[in-house]
Amino acid sequence: MLEIKNLHARIAEDGTEIIRGLNLTVKAGEVAAIMGPNGSGKSTLSYILSGREDYEVTEGDILYNGESILELDASERAAKGIFLAFQYPVEIPGVATMQFLKVAMNEQRKYRGEDELTTPEFMRRVKEAAAELKIAPEMLRRPLNVGFSGGEKKRAEILQMSLLQPKLCVLDETDSGLDIDALKIVADGVNALRSPDRAVVVITHYQRLLDYIVPDTVHVLYKGQVIKSGDKMLAHELEANGYADIIDAAA
Amino acid sequence: MNMQQAIKMTAAETALVDAYTAQIGDLPGDGSVLSVRDTLVHELKTAGLPTRRVESWHYTDLRTLLRAVPAADPTAFADRVDALVPGSTVLSVRNGQAEVKASLPDGVTVRSYVDSLLDGSAAAGLAVLGFDDAIGRINGGLVRGGLEIDVAAETALEDPLEIQLVQSLGQAHTRFPVAFGANTKATVIERHLSTDAGESFVSSVSDVTLAEGSEIIWIILQQQGISDTHLGQLRFDLGKNAKLHLFVINAGGKLVRQEIHGKTSGEGADFKLRGINLLGGESHTDVTFTLGHNVPHTTSTEVIRNVVFDRAKGVFQGKILVAKDAQKTDAKMACNTLLLSDDADLSAKPELEIFADDVQCGHGATVTDIDHTQLFYLMARGVPENKARGMLVNAFVAEIVEELEEHEALVEALEDVISTWLEKHA
Repeated sequence: MLEIKNLHARIAEDGTEIIRGLNLTVKAGEVAAIMGPNGSGKSTLSYILSGREDYEVTEGDILYNGESILELDASERAAKGIFLAFQYPVEIPGVATMQFLKVAMNEQRKYRGEDELTTPEFMRRVKEAAAELKIAPEMLRRPLNVGFSGGEKKRAEILQMSLLQPKLCVLDETDSGLDIDALKIVADGVNALRSPDRAVVVITHYQRLLDYIVPDTVHVLYKGQVIKSGDKMLAHELEANGYADIIDAAA
Repeated sequence: MNMQQAIKMTAAETALVDAYTAQIGDLPGDGSVLSVRDTLVHELKTAGLPTRRVESWHYTDLRTLLRAVPAADPTAFADRVDALVPGSTVLSVRNGQAEVKASLPDGVTVRSYVDSLLDGSAAAGLAVLGFDDAIGRINGGLVRGGLEIDVAAETALEDPLEIQLVQSLGQAHTRFPVAFGANTKATVIERHLSTDAGESFVSSVSDVTLAEGSEIIWIILQQQGISDTHLGQLRFDLGKNAKLHLFVINAGGKLVRQEIHGKTSGEGADFKLRGINLLGGESHTDVTFTLGHNVPHTTSTEVIRNVVFDRAKGVFQGKILVAKDAQKTDAKMACNTLLLSDDADLSAKPELEIFADDVQCGHGATVTDIDHTQLFYLMARGVPENKARGMLVNAFVAEIVEELEEHEALVEALEDVISTWLEKHA
């Protein structure tokens, strides 16, 4: 589903290279965890996958279902099924949450040549998905992410994910700022989306989230490269011994 | 410079003086009114229109910007339009001629301003606010229509009162003295619009007094055509515990200056100004505001949001004066601007003049582009760039309109005006 080949990327503004020859393959149905110390390029990778223009790809390619997505902008990638759950969901005063959800769902449908949702059908879907994630209707009446607590913001991200039904889900540090109850709710939401035709990339610092979203593969990112890959046991190893051994072994 | 020394008049100045001369004997007014008119036009003739050397006109050099003034066109016809908010009482003014409506809500009295000119009771109100009051001067010289509105004490109007000024071609000069009695509650929509692509020149002065305990929402919605000049002025005076919530929305016109000059005269008075300027094309739009906190314990907040596209130019001047005795004044002013093209321009000049020592006053101005993180967030959810930009621009001004949330139909109507404008310009 996702194939990243010898990817090099830098910050557009100052040319700082962040991703330096990264290779990664994630198959449909797979949950891949990406771990790594601060500054290893984890969040940058998530932004590059979703098409943020602050980064420039200088070499290599990203294939999604066999096609390069480098020429697509963020909205086209989203409409094709790539979803980024933000580490810091953005507050947008003046945009009502419900209006935003409706526009996003319908714009994606339009791109794919599908009919727009009727309002009752839209409402039904939102209500159902919100209930699953224990999101109060009152929260949906507020402007997008404005005044949401950290946990509410993360749940709202998962709500969007479950409504948009993407094919490739990238979760950027979705566990940061969550208490254990919220973490379980969010993990349940993600697990509910696991399916043979969907892939999930979980970016995280800690092994904790991976107790709830159990990965099929674990990849260690360091200085913009995957330096080691393994199964879920690798995450436990990192938790016990830290990154130092692996980094030394790779050097 | 000697003010009496004749200047070389510009085409616009000549046209304004000619408009006056052509109407001598025809402009309504008793002796006192006619003598005020004469003085005003004489001042216009000798001093001319203000240039950027006049401080309050520094960013709107009217003498240069006003290239021509269309002649009055007595054959021009303007049609009524639907009320902005369904159910409103519409007071219709077409090409400067007001109709006195027969059926009005209880407590509301309306009479033609022409009657006040004819019996001389309008004379005092025709005085300019100062030497730089060019709008008052032009309007006072040429005014020939308008309404005097009186809302009796204790009246609470359920539906808005819409003063609907429809302009097609030529000139219109109108005035609206409005008095709200004690403890009245009302929403007034002063709506200026054009039904014709032809050029028009409009001046309109509203003079509003709020007696003790009255709570008024006043909306100025300016939607003139792209070749129109609009000179508006709102004067207000707030009595004890009176509350005025003023919304100014500019969404049209080629050369626009809307002035707001107010004072608090009673303790506990509260004033709110919320402004939305949607600017595009080659237009020039100026909102100039002065407020005198003249007595202790009065409050005000001003929030202006400007959205500037194309080669448009916007100006906001806001001046808050706190008198020596006006202790415990609380005033906050903010002017936020989204500049959406490299050629767009906005000048903001907030000023505080404080003579009291126990007050809280502040002001701030920001100028930004679309927030790229917000844009990316919307796009990452599948919203195409153009649409996402539109949503963010809309959001920037929608916040202001949301403050009227208890007036649902009004909010809906204003949101519609804004999104229609943005769809045309974004």
